[in-house]
Amino acid sequence: MSRLNSLKELEARRREIIAADKEKTAAVAVCCGTGCSASGARDVAAEFERLITEKGLAVRVRTRITGCHGFCEQGPLVVVEEAGSRPEHSTSLNDSNARPAGGESGPGGLLYCRVKPEDAEEILETSVLNDGVVEHLLYKDPVTGEKFRSENDVPFYAHQSRMLMGYNGRIDPGRIEDYLTAGGYGGLAQVLGGSMPPEDVIKEIEISGLRGRGGGGYPTGSKWDLCRRVEGEIRYVVCNADEGDPGCFQDRSILEGNPHLVLEGMIIAAYAVGAYEGYIYVRAEYPLALKQVATALEQAYEWGLLGDNILGSDLSFRVRISRGGGAFVCGEETALLSSIEGLTGEPNPRPRPPYPTSIGLWGFPTLINNVKTLAAVPDIIKKGGAWHASTGTDTSKGTMIFSLTGRVNNTGLVEVPMGMSLRELIFDVGGGIPGGRKFKAVQTGGPAGGCLPAEMLDLPLDYERLSEAGSIMGSGGMIVMDESTCMVDVARYFLSFTVDESCGKCTPCREGGRQMLALLDKFVHGTALEGDLNMLFELAATMQSSSLCALGKLAPNPVLTTLRYFEDEYRSHFEQWRCPAGVCRPLISYTIDAEACTACGRCLEACLAGALTGVEDEVPELDDQLCTKCGACRDVCRFSAILVG
Amino acid sequence: MKEQVEQIIDRHSHAEGRVDLVAILHEVNSTQRYLSREALEMIAQKLAVPLSRLYSMAAFYRSFNLEPRGDHEVHICLGTACHVRGGERIFDRLSERLGIGSGETTSDRKFTINRVNCVGACALGPLVVIDGRYYGRLDPLKAERLLEEYYEQA
Repeated sequence: MSRLNSLKELEARRREIIAADKEKTAAVAVCCGTGCSASGARDVAAEFERLITEKGLAVRVRTRITGCHGFCEQGPLVVVEEAGSRPEHSTSLNDSNARPAGGESGPGGLLYCRVKPEDAEEILETSVLNDGVVEHLLYKDPVTGEKFRSENDVPFYAHQSRMLMGYNGRIDPGRIEDYLTAGGYGGLAQVLGGSMPPEDVIKEIEISGLRGRGGGGYPTGSKWDLCRRVEGEIRYVVCNADEGDPGCFQDRSILEGNPHLVLEGMIIAAYAVGAYEGYIYVRAEYPLALKQVATALEQAYEWGLLGDNILGSDLSFRVRISRGGGAFVCGEETALLSSIEGLTGEPNPRPRPPYPTSIGLWGFPTLINNVKTLAAVPDIIKKGGAWHASTGTDTSKGTMIFSLTGRVNNTGLVEVPMGMSLRELIFDVGGGIPGGRKFKAVQTGGPAGGCLPAEMLDLPLDYERLSEAGSIMGSGGMIVMDESTCMVDVARYFLSFTVDESCGKCTPCREGGRQMLALLDKFVHGTALEGDLNMLFELAATMQSSSLCALGKLAPNPVLTTLRYFEDEYRSHFEQWRCPAGVCRPLISYTIDAEACTACGRCLEACLAGALTGVEDEVPELDDQLCTKCGACRDVCRFSAILVG
Repeated sequence: MKEQVEQIIDRHSHAEGRVDLVAILHEVNSTQRYLSREALEMIAQKLAVPLSRLYSMAAFYRSFNLEPRGDHEVHICLGTACHVRGGERIFDRLSERLGIGSGETTSDRKFTINRVNCVGACALGPLVVIDGRYYGRLDPLKAERLLEEYYEQA
């Protein structure tokens, strides 16, 4: 494809693409995000492609391999788009209705769940060549048994407002053409159109109320303004895609599913702050994201959307990829910058001020924004800051993408308006807790966030409310726990993660974390004393007030919130030597319920420790001394005859 | 090896004397299965960087190995979602079965196991990734059987 030299050429190219695709009246979108791929989506997509070629349907039916649709629990997902729901129906680049369906607009396509390659033929015959529906692949509500046809009717999607994620289902991330037909690069066209000087772009972002989606929640407009005001010729724009929180995969899904959206946000940011160079810092463990970003960069250079004189304007901007090395602390901005600089050795967080907006990469002013923050920019420019500000609460505007995981029915990525309550998110969108168990707590904000109990379920999700409750928005982790989760164990899990990931530069984080972990170990072993509770608070206070970076400052959060809301559980660990959830191994023992046991012998084979002995047709004997409490016997028992207490 | 390492260094050396050191280490680590002392010395010499600094980076970042990895790389996900669904028990079982800890390689060089913090496929947890392939909804016994299949192949 040749380079585009003006806004007119961009518009013409877009029309060309739409015209060329006109013959195609149906599309089969196969989600090939990481979750669906792991469930076999690539084989499904290949089968569709094979059948479409074999049946000579390639002229009018398109297989679209897309990024994550969010409903990972039901993967592999296939959406058959009916004509009319396709994004091509927008008329201009600047058309604010040029939005993909899958949320607020459009009828949405037919949604098929847990599709296998052998279902492809039936789907093609029934729903693509005819108007039928393949009943057995429709989503079925696990509680009511009700079946849903369209994507938008499924409760999981119906309660969301998918401003950013909605694009994913309609775009093949490897095709810049798809992004263009969905109205892509319209925001860039607008700022380059001559009527929007950089100051106005920043103003619009300020009006939108957008705040940093990586965790801090700093107002994005102010950050841009700060960076722009620093004197000097050289500035950098850095996209932070070092998403390291366990249980978080929204940044990855946007980069994998719609890399151009982030790129467009970066180019607009570069225009606003006056940068000529930028970096996308991608986590090393995300090979697919790296690949999609590299492809997107290549296309953008080829089309003249990156490089010198973008679309014939005065704006020049280059972007490079920087690959992380698998260190959580690199998501922290100053550590990230030193990691890009590379030659300084291992990354080092440093005290602030000066903030990176004044002294950043190689000592120059640097704007660092999270993937989701940058992804929100193009639509804010296209539709105006006021449009964005109309969603959300007083202090938190727009939508937030959460990774809803753990003990919840509908695991996946959900995008909801700021201010939605935890209850709506977990029970309406997430479908509640599986197996009829009881909700116990939800952990928000990743390993540096806090655990909130059932009493807090009506808390609205907004930066301030979460922080008052002792947690954080973070980058959107949302881990649901039921009564089988031990809160001491969970606190210990998160703390051991941050201790492991501490870079060791400052003493409060390096030593404080380690000491807190040693204390938590005493609870797990039932050897804690009353005074240890206080000691935990003291250590936490020191870490919070004197650590160099957010990793150390926030690390005590999981311990503090579990102490605040689940003190009784801590107490029962040392007052009664009991772990109520039956998790902490030193405090539990296994027994066999002779009534329930059928002497099938499955547990005998499963036990590696040799703790179970027995002969045919007799209830096995369990040797408590040899038992490692690994739970293997319990996993294989079909009669719930292994009891934990 | 010398030529290969030199090519890698050239590929990641940009204008204005900027060198993407992490990228160099990544590529050497993946083409040679680990960062050998010889390779690190070569990089240090060519870029005039102290060897100690390279060693500190190689030791700091999880992605790098200072010992050769086994034929099959097994990553056991211990992200939060996998943790609350029993990922730890899977790790324990595989670790006991192979007789090695995280980051270690069996003496026959067949398997290397690693604990990892979330591979981002939480809906399928608990899961393990073997040679880049994801296996979801496991329990300790299923994971062990999976390993046995790989053993038979190897």
